[in-house]
Amino acid sequence: MVHITINGKVIKATEGEMLLSVIRRHGIEIPALCHHEAIEPTGNCRLCMVEITREEWDGWKKHVTSCLYPVEEGLIVSTHTPDVIEIRKTILDLQLANCPDSEVIQKMAEEYGIYKTSYEVVPEGDNCIMCYACTRICEVLGRSAISAVGRGHRKEIAPPFGAEPPDCIGCLACAQICPTDVIPWTDRDNTRTIWDRKFELISCKECGRQTIAREFADYLIEKRNIPREYFEICDNCKRSELARKMGEIVARAQEVAI
Amino acid sequence: MRIDSVDKLNHWREKCLKKRAAQKRKVLVCLGPGCLASGSDEILGELKKILSEKKIKGVSVESIKKTGCHGLCARGPLVVIEPEGIFYSRVKKSNVAEIVETTLEKGELVEKLLYKDPSDEQTIVDYKKIPFYARQQRISLRNVGQIDPDDIDDYIASGGYSALARALNGMKPQEVIDEISRSGLRGRGGGGFPTGRKWATCAGIDSDIRYVLCNGDEGDPGAFMDRCIMEGDPHSVLEGMIICAYAVGSREGYIYVREEYPLAVVNLQKAIDAAHERGLLGENIMGSGFTYDARISRGGGAFVCGESSALMKSVAGEIGEPRAKYIRSVVRGLHDKPTVLNNVETFATVPVIINKGGDWFASIGTETSTGTKAFSLAGKVCNTGLIEVPMGISLREIIYDIGGGIPEGREFKAVQTGGPSGGCLPADKLNLPVDFDTLTEAGSMMGSGGMIVMDNRTCMVDVARYFLNFLVSESCGKCVPCREGLYQLHGLCVKICEGKAVEESLALMERLSKVIQTASLCGLGQSGPNPFVSTVSYFRDEYLAHIRDEKCPAGICRDLITYTINDKCTGCLACIEVCPVDAITGEKKIKHVLDQEKCTQCGSCYAVCKFEAVDIE
Repeated sequence: MVHITINGKVIKATEGEMLLSVIRRHGIEIPALCHHEAIEPTGNCRLCMVEITREEWDGWKKHVTSCLYPVEEGLIVSTHTPDVIEIRKTILDLQLANCPDSEVIQKMAEEYGIYKTSYEVVPEGDNCIMCYACTRICEVLGRSAISAVGRGHRKEIAPPFGAEPPDCIGCLACAQICPTDVIPWTDRDNTRTIWDRKFELISCKECGRQTIAREFADYLIEKRNIPREYFEICDNCKRSELARKMGEIVARAQEVAI
Repeated sequence: MRIDSVDKLNHWREKCLKKRAAQKRKVLVCLGPGCLASGSDEILGELKKILSEKKIKGVSVESIKKTGCHGLCARGPLVVIEPEGIFYSRVKKSNVAEIVETTLEKGELVEKLLYKDPSDEQTIVDYKKIPFYARQQRISLRNVGQIDPDDIDDYIASGGYSALARALNGMKPQEVIDEISRSGLRGRGGGGFPTGRKWATCAGIDSDIRYVLCNGDEGDPGAFMDRCIMEGDPHSVLEGMIICAYAVGSREGYIYVREEYPLAVVNLQKAIDAAHERGLLGENIMGSGFTYDARISRGGGAFVCGESSALMKSVAGEIGEPRAKYIRSVVRGLHDKPTVLNNVETFATVPVIINKGGDWFASIGTETSTGTKAFSLAGKVCNTGLIEVPMGISLREIIYDIGGGIPEGREFKAVQTGGPSGGCLPADKLNLPVDFDTLTEAGSMMGSGGMIVMDNRTCMVDVARYFLNFLVSESCGKCVPCREGLYQLHGLCVKICEGKAVEESLALMERLSKVIQTASLCGLGQSGPNPFVSTVSYFRDEYLAHIRDEKCPAGICRDLITYTINDKCTGCLACIEVCPVDAITGEKKIKHVLDQEKCTQCGSCYAVCKFEAVDIE
């Protein structure tokens, strides 16, 4: 157990925990775009920056990304100093120039009083904030089908060589974790399309409804030891079946009771 | 022959020296990047051809030695004849026969190839007396330009691997670290972190594996110190690495070299192979029982891969992007193991410190920046080239005494130190001593040792724009302040160059710079705004002239200038010939006329005119 001070209040934290989790657990709001519980932090978005210092630093302080900074005994943290606010404002201002159409960014910027970017809007911006959440979740799944490609301002998230990603299983984890919702995908005519790759969707034996991509089912069968039959019926039908069985049991129980 | 003891090394050195002494004269041909580009390999070939056909007493093909960069690149190709140190500059293939006949056969000098001091037209024969060389003190560059990089025996003859022998036989690892700490050596890659402390930290961590890596990813525009060491004296880098590995207890490591330095890759690989063969690298080095092996890891040329954590990712085969270093790489580096990463020049300095002692090294330079530092002198300075000077020397001494001042009698305007992320210092900072702390205080930095001199025909806004453009394309793109921030900063800078900016832009740029400096993930981003920050603080008037008056005082920014031909025009036709858009018309001996409608402000006429007849406004 270590003791840290956040905005003047002494707080207990577990060794190895990152500052951001501790700060948020104590009800202090800090914005972050690239942080997600399911993936390792990388510090791309820089919004969660806080100011830290220590007694013995004699007034010296520095700014760190709280998502990556492990708690230390005696750490003194300030989450909303004028410098910290200035950093967040500038970053949101820059992001607004980069993705002017993103509602998430617009809303966050507005919370910091920015309604229009101070900078030139980036031509042909695609609303991607380069947070790597998609590549990281894909890595967690053991696929790494997509990655950050190129450098600098031209960097983009893409499959290898810009071709259909051979390791993609059409699970949609990337699209679902994306904070600005910019990864396009469609489900149409038994086919799922994402990253320009097409996946056959499994149809429910009972109702014909489409469930998940066949490659994703294969992946779950292999990695999670789920029986193949599990994917033959959709969740809805499974629930109906369960309800039907439950109904039977209840009816029988009532009969017995009578 | 395998060298498996210190005695054998000494014995072998004696043998190499004897072989050396058999040649009365040595003919050193510089094959450094500059000389090679101007055809010094042809000179070498010609020399070999002539000497293999001719019989001269005490001179043979064996006397020819190809070396790395000799230093005074501006005068290349260079041929130096030892032991006299006869310095022939701007040598052509056609001069070779004359050099052989006159100097090697008759013992006389080829006057026209000798160095003439521009200040007093005095001829200087011995290169060591040329001011460019006389003011230098070479430690890390001690062998560069002197030995054949491909010949391990030449390195051994010059005292090579004696420091390693000393460390392995008679020094405990801790004693090696103490010696380096005592020397006060600070990392030559730019950060200036005390080398001894870095080694001590690594050695102190409990781990079964430790790595020693060498950073040869020199990427600053205009910097070529590390390149010249890797190309011209690769064994000194290896020796430094092995000594470090012994000190910290490492068994393997990598030299990270960028693919754009093909000769460095080749020469380092040759050095590694030769050291293996001699028993100086690999298993049981010099029979001491100590084992260390180094391999080359080639980089794809991303500037950011010179940053330590990105470099380690690149070595590991991952995407070369920096990580937050709240846990330092000396604690958790390559493959999450404790790792010492030092740059080429640092490692090349280590053997000398071990041989001559930390106190000797610390007696050179200043109290907090000890020893010497290599710089590549480039830009608008007479003697462009590779130099090494004691720390604490003033910028003025480097630029005027060693560098020979500004060409064509123009005025000095600024000097850029520390590469793209360094800063530009104006004339009133010329007396500043060159050391880590003073340069940082002045708003620039030591960096890895690039030094670009600028004259009064340089526009400082344009300079900021150029370096920002470099950084925008070299930013890894991982974190927002660097990727988006530098992009916007560059965009605003371009607007100033085009005369489309408003005065408020400067304040916005300054605010943005501050955030980029504090909020970026790695050193590249944190120092990214420096080209703008340093120029706007020292040359604010020039920025304001662009914004308020829509004028570029230096006459560089195309959108803000017009060229006109004045009455000094003699009608020589030179500008008509070079104008790419046929905007100038006229006849011989009659003042030429420039059509503003057609002019694209390329500046060709201005550059070619010998009569100052082209004005810029």
